[in-house]
Amino acid sequence: MLQITEGSHAVAEIAKFCRPQVVAAYPITPQTHIVEALADMVANCELDAEYITVESEFSALSACLGASAAGSRVYSATTSQGLALMFEVCFNVAGMRQPIVMSIVNRSLGAPLSIWNDQQDSISLRDSGWLQFYAEDNQEATDLHMIAYKVAEDHDVLLPAFVCFDGFILSHTYEPVDMPSQEEVDAYLPAFTPYHRLDAKDPISMGMYATPDYYMEFRYELERAMQRSIDVIKRAGAEFAEQFGRDYSALVESYRLDDAEIAFIAMGSICGTVKDAIDEMRDAGKKVGLAKIRTYRPFPTEELTRALAGVSTVAVLDKNISLGSGGAVGTEVKAMLAGSGITVLDYIIALGGRDVRKRDIAAIVDLADKGVGDMFYGLRTEVL
Amino acid sequence: MTSARDWLRTDRLPHIYCTGCGNGTVINCTLAAISGMGWERDETVFVSGIGCSSRAPGYIQTDSLHTTHGRALAFATGVKLAKPDLNVVVFTGDGDLAAIGGNHFIHACRRNVDMTVVCMNNQIYGMTGGQGSPTTPMGAQSTTTPYGSAEAAFDLAELAVAAGANYVARWTAYHVKELTKAIATGLQTPGLSFIEVMTQCPTNYGRRNKQRRVSDMIEHMRTHALLIEKKRRLESEGTPIPEGMFTVGELVRRARPAMGVRR
Repeated sequence: MLQITEGSHAVAEIAKFCRPQVVAAYPITPQTHIVEALADMVANCELDAEYITVESEFSALSACLGASAAGSRVYSATTSQGLALMFEVCFNVAGMRQPIVMSIVNRSLGAPLSIWNDQQDSISLRDSGWLQFYAEDNQEATDLHMIAYKVAEDHDVLLPAFVCFDGFILSHTYEPVDMPSQEEVDAYLPAFTPYHRLDAKDPISMGMYATPDYYMEFRYELERAMQRSIDVIKRAGAEFAEQFGRDYSALVESYRLDDAEIAFIAMGSICGTVKDAIDEMRDAGKKVGLAKIRTYRPFPTEELTRALAGVSTVAVLDKNISLGSGGAVGTEVKAMLAGSGITVLDYIIALGGRDVRKRDIAAIVDLADKGVGDMFYGLRTEVL
Repeated sequence: MTSARDWLRTDRLPHIYCTGCGNGTVINCTLAAISGMGWERDETVFVSGIGCSSRAPGYIQTDSLHTTHGRALAFATGVKLAKPDLNVVVFTGDGDLAAIGGNHFIHACRRNVDMTVVCMNNQIYGMTGGQGSPTTPMGAQSTTTPYGSAEAAFDLAELAVAAGANYVARWTAYHVKELTKAIATGLQTPGLSFIEVMTQCPTNYGRRNKQRRVSDMIEHMRTHALLIEKKRRLESEGTPIPEGMFTVGELVRRARPAMGVRR
């Protein structure tokens, strides 16, 4: 049913419909509305789950890992410093192959302290073994939670998943969202069947020592699962399209790319602004398009290469910086397109909540035309 | 001799605290105690974590470290042990100190690091909008405990006593004179001094817990604070202590070996 709702509440609502049996989270701006809503739902018996009030994000994800290992479907949400504090547990969750789904309400990392949006937090966990989905709007944020559970819990995958959506820009914005019913979600997402779980009658151990004779194979299996997840994501997206009419079967969404000379690559809410700017530039005769990355992990190398086949220049918008190297997405795209003849220019943009407008996107096209890139865009040089 | 006002960064005012918040009172009492110490501003460092309490150093004219959530005491330990000549004062809150930073709290007390820790205990996560904290009383309402908290609350001052702090006192934002005096004693005592201040959060605690007006909250603190000496007397007489009372006063003053004390 179409309803006008805040992004955080839409995500809390869909998290409820996904029937997690355990929810553990710690308050942190701008994620708090989600966990407050879930606390209400559990207290009002709308959601039959254990809601664990914990003393830190470290404890939150640790409790989630324990609950998942015991065979429960688990949900958590965090952002920024909270995710940074979970760093150690994130690697353990993936290593123990627990399909936890966690909403990341993207926010910058301190210091200096900032509560505003960029994507440095989830990007910094790119090597942890979690699937990473990025939403452009609140409808996509809502839908991706169902897909994330389905993919994560698939026995060919068994990896945890982040569903990332931009803090404040999406989380605190009211938009129309077509919210499925409980029955519809149940029809799409079956009950969780753990591949293995802690069971006193059939004891197993998780997370034990792996000597140098075994450790590398565990990491190899994680990478194989990541690669297998590509097909599972496509399948889950296609099934979703069949049931709900919104198609997420592609890991990369192409927008007006067919005859484009310059292609943007971006993730998250900025894609909406980029699309609007592209429409205006197209009206003025400029051949510009967008390749929106919906799945950053696994990185959609094949789809992205195919989508960019005809372009001469790629402008990557990175709402993060891998200090000492460049934007995380730009670096990967450069490696991917090495030797293709396509020019890849990277733009570090919108850090710490710096606003991006359509005219900024147009200005970046002008820079890309001149071959000027690999730079911070929109710096206030007067305060440097 | 300076006055409390000399320590304020007036160019940073007005502050961000809500109308009726008790944190300003606690800052005022702390600065009043400090101004009586004869300290120089450039030999004094304020350290804080995250939360409403931790905004305080931003309004004070000294060097300060506004650190990550819960870690103020670990950062402060580094400051003090690297430069024992500095006076180190930590502002923290119940969420910061007792939840996410609980481990640092007990170990800083155990090591008895020479610093003064002022904890603004408003019994709630104020800055993020009123979620239940480890000091939210059992039964109290918050945004994460809509039908009342089912968990027992920490007694932070008793925890500090058990963990080994040299000086521990608890007062409230109502008891400004006693509080100022306790902070001054804490500043003078070598080792870790812990001063817990019960303070009102009308925005996120009071209005959800039948204390709608700021005056209701202050009246509640006044009428539910039980002087430690009186508590001990009642206990020795076998007189039952009414429910909902909390002790105030000096819980401990001792001279355990301490770290980072100036030679």
